[in-house]
Amino acid sequence: MYRYDERDRTIIGERVAQFRGQTERYLAGELSEEEFLPLRLQNGLYIQRLAPMLRIAVPYGLLNSAQLRRLARISRDYDKGYAHFTTRQNLQFNWPQLEDVPDILSELAEVEMHAVQTSGNCIRNTTSDPYAGVARDEIADPRPYCELIRQWSTFHPEFAFLPRKFKIAVNGAEADRAAIRVHDIGVQIVERDGAIGYQVYVGGGQGRTPVIAELIRDFLPEEDLLSYLEAIVRVYNQLGRRDNKYKARIKILVKALGPEEFCRRVEEEWAQIRDSADRLTPEALAWARSFFPEPEYRQLDAAVTEAALRDQADSDRAFSRWLERNTFPHRVPGYRAVRLSTKPTGVPPGDVTDTQLEAIADLADRFSFGEARVTHDQNVVLADVRQDALLDLWQAARKHGFATPNIGTLTDMICCPGGDYCSLANAKSIPVAEAIQRRFDDLDYLYDLGDLNLNISGCMNACGHHHVGHIGILGVDKKGEEFYQVQLGGSSSENTSLARVLGPSFSRAEVPEVIGKILDIYIEQRRADELFLDTYNRIGLQPFKERVYAKAS
Amino acid sequence: MPKPAKGTGPQPNNPERLILDGAVVANEWRLVPADEANTEITAASLAPGKVILPLSLWQRLRADLAGRESEIGVWLDSDETADQLGPSASDLPLVAVHFPTFADGRGFSTARLLRERYGYTGELRAVGAFMRDQLTYLRRCGFNAFAYEGAQPLEQLLDSMHDFSDSYQAAVDEPRPIFRRRSLAG
Repeated sequence: MYRYDERDRTIIGERVAQFRGQTERYLAGELSEEEFLPLRLQNGLYIQRLAPMLRIAVPYGLLNSAQLRRLARISRDYDKGYAHFTTRQNLQFNWPQLEDVPDILSELAEVEMHAVQTSGNCIRNTTSDPYAGVARDEIADPRPYCELIRQWSTFHPEFAFLPRKFKIAVNGAEADRAAIRVHDIGVQIVERDGAIGYQVYVGGGQGRTPVIAELIRDFLPEEDLLSYLEAIVRVYNQLGRRDNKYKARIKILVKALGPEEFCRRVEEEWAQIRDSADRLTPEALAWARSFFPEPEYRQLDAAVTEAALRDQADSDRAFSRWLERNTFPHRVPGYRAVRLSTKPTGVPPGDVTDTQLEAIADLADRFSFGEARVTHDQNVVLADVRQDALLDLWQAARKHGFATPNIGTLTDMICCPGGDYCSLANAKSIPVAEAIQRRFDDLDYLYDLGDLNLNISGCMNACGHHHVGHIGILGVDKKGEEFYQVQLGGSSSENTSLARVLGPSFSRAEVPEVIGKILDIYIEQRRADELFLDTYNRIGLQPFKERVYAKAS
Repeated sequence: MPKPAKGTGPQPNNPERLILDGAVVANEWRLVPADEANTEITAASLAPGKVILPLSLWQRLRADLAGRESEIGVWLDSDETADQLGPSASDLPLVAVHFPTFADGRGFSTARLLRERYGYTGELRAVGAFMRDQLTYLRRCGFNAFAYEGAQPLEQLLDSMHDFSDSYQAAVDEPRPIFRRRSLAG
């Protein structure tokens, strides 16, 4: 992974000192609430319903074991002994004291971490595929490009006060596991005639106005990444609306100008800067790649390790279930990528305790070259596990509560913190997730349903990605009471689609029953190997609507 | 909320002192706000001395102000872009860029473009509601003068001019991004 040199250490260290001064001035009454707001937000610090919330940047989701241990220690020393993985592959503390934040940032800096630009109207943490570097369908490893973007965007002097927040995702594989078309900029790495380049999508997003991004460039040469990003963000900074925060995202500008005109302006701007010093040199690209070398894989005889694995699976049903759902093919023979589930029933999705963070560190050291990745669906990936170590890993993961074999199933939900923590929420989301997990706890039933993404947001800001859930649940406020709207048919994969609203909303108590009826229709109507989304795409919303809203006869 | 009509939004003030090239100095320029009374102003009625005119006023009076070039500056509001001044910026001794609120970051792009694209080398002055903690960013985008209107003493502001001694990306103060400055041995 990327390691800081003296320059990074200087910059991040100076940031800690700067924020310490800002916090002191705020506490001394020299900085107004209004002035402190953007400063603390650009350091990831929100003032929430019950306490401040501090969001730590995990660049493209990558963590090493020393960082995990430090996060565990911080959660113990400054918080209530747990933390929360977010859908931007970051990590949040829910209970820090404002005056402790400079010390927390200083502890983070010691392990090459920070909270820079995890909030505010600036360029946020760049996200990517959690299987970067190990996926079989990979065109190129996205991590070196993500790191170059991280550096370019960190404290960018021109783009620290954009009209609104700005999110970039990079995908390097054929399947889109980074949801690039619901980002302000989505970068898809492609290869044409042996040359690496990018397709550039602009203007996607979720929130209250969900939009699928437009392709504005079909092939951008590899060396031009940063100048092209700079051209896009510069056009946005100058022309994006600033009079209404709900119309300030780049997606609104792209719609208003039309993608062709937006693209024309970007290209015009880019023509002026593409030959600037931002052009990536071959040395810079090689340097960025050098931080993501191939780990020292053992030469394994895959036929032997797979046969042994089959024997182990045959003699232990629970292991076999876990193997099926929670492990993924690896491009290196004899290896697998493993997903640790943070979603056993009854735990808020994405929450981990201090001892669990330490356990992840231990598992990473023991089984996966000391590294782990946070996924956008709030789980953790150990990317490089030997097949002959899977049984040991499973047993260890089980002990720490990470082996719930539900990855990709109905109960592996994306869920925002909701009304339990967030001051923006209209409704709670965690109790809804738990009620659904409790009702659908039969693993055979879950496996029969197959791949199914259920996403829950507690308000229309859509942090729980409800627009792109196969089933999406949105908390709404009706005259002071919490209700839940159900949507169907969303997807953040390479065939991105936005979910459609089923009909009038439901009380919290009704939600599990409604989900049950929706699943009944799927089971009755599915053909052969159809997944839920396939059946929905074939039969549409109507049959689901009829069943859910049928009058009792 | 519709955008306020031109000249009715917040206007920059004329503080007595400002920061110029890293030192606190007296403000020798008088900024003329953009308001409707401007239609009355002619080159002859413009009081002598150094003045900073709104872009539209300068465009109207420019031909009549021949001979006074050294004491006529121009200020751009946040919805006016660098290309509206373009290369003619270089004929001016001073260009000011207005920040109607500190959250309105358009002026950062304006400054960079004036310096990098249109070759402007004169005084580039930030005016309006920017705050102390933006000084590093402003400086990196090419501003060398800061007509700060906030409550803090200018001497304290000087401390925030260099919160960072190094940077990742190219800007006016350092045209080479970090990957062209690092030793790339890996």
